[in-house]
Amino acid sequence: MNRVMKILFFGLIVKPVVLIVLGINLRNREKLPMSGPAIIVANHNSHLDTLVLMSLYPLSMIHKVRPVAAADYFLGGGGFLAWLSLACIGIIAMDRSGQSARGSLFEGCHQALDNDDILILFPEGSRGRPEEMSTLKKGVYFIIKDRPNTPVTPVMMHGLGHSLPKGEVLLVPFNCDVVVGDSIPVTDNSSSYVAAISDKFEQLSEHCLTKNENAE
Amino acid sequence: MLFNIPQNSFYTMAAVVGLLVLSTVIRLFLKSKHPETDYTELRQRIQSWWVMIGLLFVVLTVSKTAAVVFFGFLSFLALKEFLSIVPTRLADRKVIFWAYLSIPVQYYWVSSSWYGMFIIFIPVYVFLFLPMRMVLTGDTKGFIRSAGIIHWATMLAVFSISHLAFLLMLPVQNEEAGFVGPVLFILFMTQFNDVCQYVWGKLLGKHKIIPKVSPNKTWEGFLGGLITITICAGLVAPLLTPLSNVQGLMAVALIGASGFIGDVVISSVKRDLDIKDSGNLIPGHGGILDRLDSLTYTAPLFFHFLYYMCY
Repeated sequence: MNRVMKILFFGLIVKPVVLIVLGINLRNREKLPMSGPAIIVANHNSHLDTLVLMSLYPLSMIHKVRPVAAADYFLGGGGFLAWLSLACIGIIAMDRSGQSARGSLFEGCHQALDNDDILILFPEGSRGRPEEMSTLKKGVYFIIKDRPNTPVTPVMMHGLGHSLPKGEVLLVPFNCDVVVGDSIPVTDNSSSYVAAISDKFEQLSEHCLTKNENAE
Repeated sequence: MLFNIPQNSFYTMAAVVGLLVLSTVIRLFLKSKHPETDYTELRQRIQSWWVMIGLLFVVLTVSKTAAVVFFGFLSFLALKEFLSIVPTRLADRKVIFWAYLSIPVQYYWVSSSWYGMFIIFIPVYVFLFLPMRMVLTGDTKGFIRSAGIIHWATMLAVFSISHLAFLLMLPVQNEEAGFVGPVLFILFMTQFNDVCQYVWGKLLGKHKIIPKVSPNKTWEGFLGGLITITICAGLVAPLLTPLSNVQGLMAVALIGASGFIGDVVISSVKRDLDIKDSGNLIPGHGGILDRLDSLTYTAPLFFHFLYYMCY
């Protein structure tokens, strides 16, 4: 049932909005993982990030793509947002309160990977200020350290922070860049891994056409 | 009258499809002769031409309204692309939203053939309104630059391109060409000019015109292109437009020269931002602005030449 909801939501609403109202400058589509288990790590500027990333996938496999999202923000209030997050998008809820033990914190993610799903992770943890990178969190390392064969594909996005920044409700059309990079092999500790991801984001951002504030 | 299209316009469209078939055949021939060479970009370019020309012909055949809506949509894509690559502030989001709203309004004036409003709406009302909306957001840091960028973008992408749509609304004087004649004329002369300048530049090009902006632009290419299309268009103008032979020659000299300027103006924008293409909407061509660059100059200039001469 949820799969049908997801297909309808993406086929009728998300894909048309992303393709017509926004428009994507996509680089290296062939590097995007097309089968699970796999992880996509992306920078986070806007609620649109998740929807744009998911819309890169065909409707036939959209139910395999699962964004990891904050339980407090998306599910805490219940109601429409919680229904949308679970039924139409299919998020994996992540507890940000710090009360869960590290072992159980990533249980949902591990289950999804065992189920050959493709996870979308935002290591910045929060959207932060538009088009600015915040410090990366280390969760992604703890998700894959025991699964070194799972590819971790970095994706740099730019421009969506202008379309729908944090705290705004008016969506203004802008093209966005989506640059896909090569998978980042796991390292032996979390700090070096986070640094590797951070470097990769920096490299990928040079391919963005909409990096307009750099031109100032 | 075939498919409701007057005969001269129909033959023009058929000739363009013929050119496309020819270029596809040449590409396939090249591919079979040099299997080791990579012709991906050429293939993408030609396929994209098929799509663009196919879409254009379908909407022109369906109805005048469909064609006006189509040009409005092109304006939207062009404006979006322009405002995505140039620097704007977050505070400008709401102002840019109003700039987008000017598109349906401008094309409404076009579809109702209200020439007076069409010609002043963006240069007067939008021009005065946008800075006022910017004042309301209260952010004065970078105010001047944003005001300039947003209005310039609206002028190029909406005002200029909407002249193509208004060409459709002019009363038909050349019955053999119908309302689509002048639009076909300006579109093909502009694109043909780009192609001719490119080919002559490749063949003879030596003396660079503006090496700092566009190192591939040469005097030989520019003049070769200008002469070629002026001769072609002198013959074609009376078939597709109400212009006489001599007026047609003048119109096309204007198209050749201004098309070049439109091209290098957009090139300068991209050079300033250190990017090669303005987007990757059209495989093999780049963004929509890379294709519409010349038209932002030729469309209004040709329109007003025609309007002055014949209306």
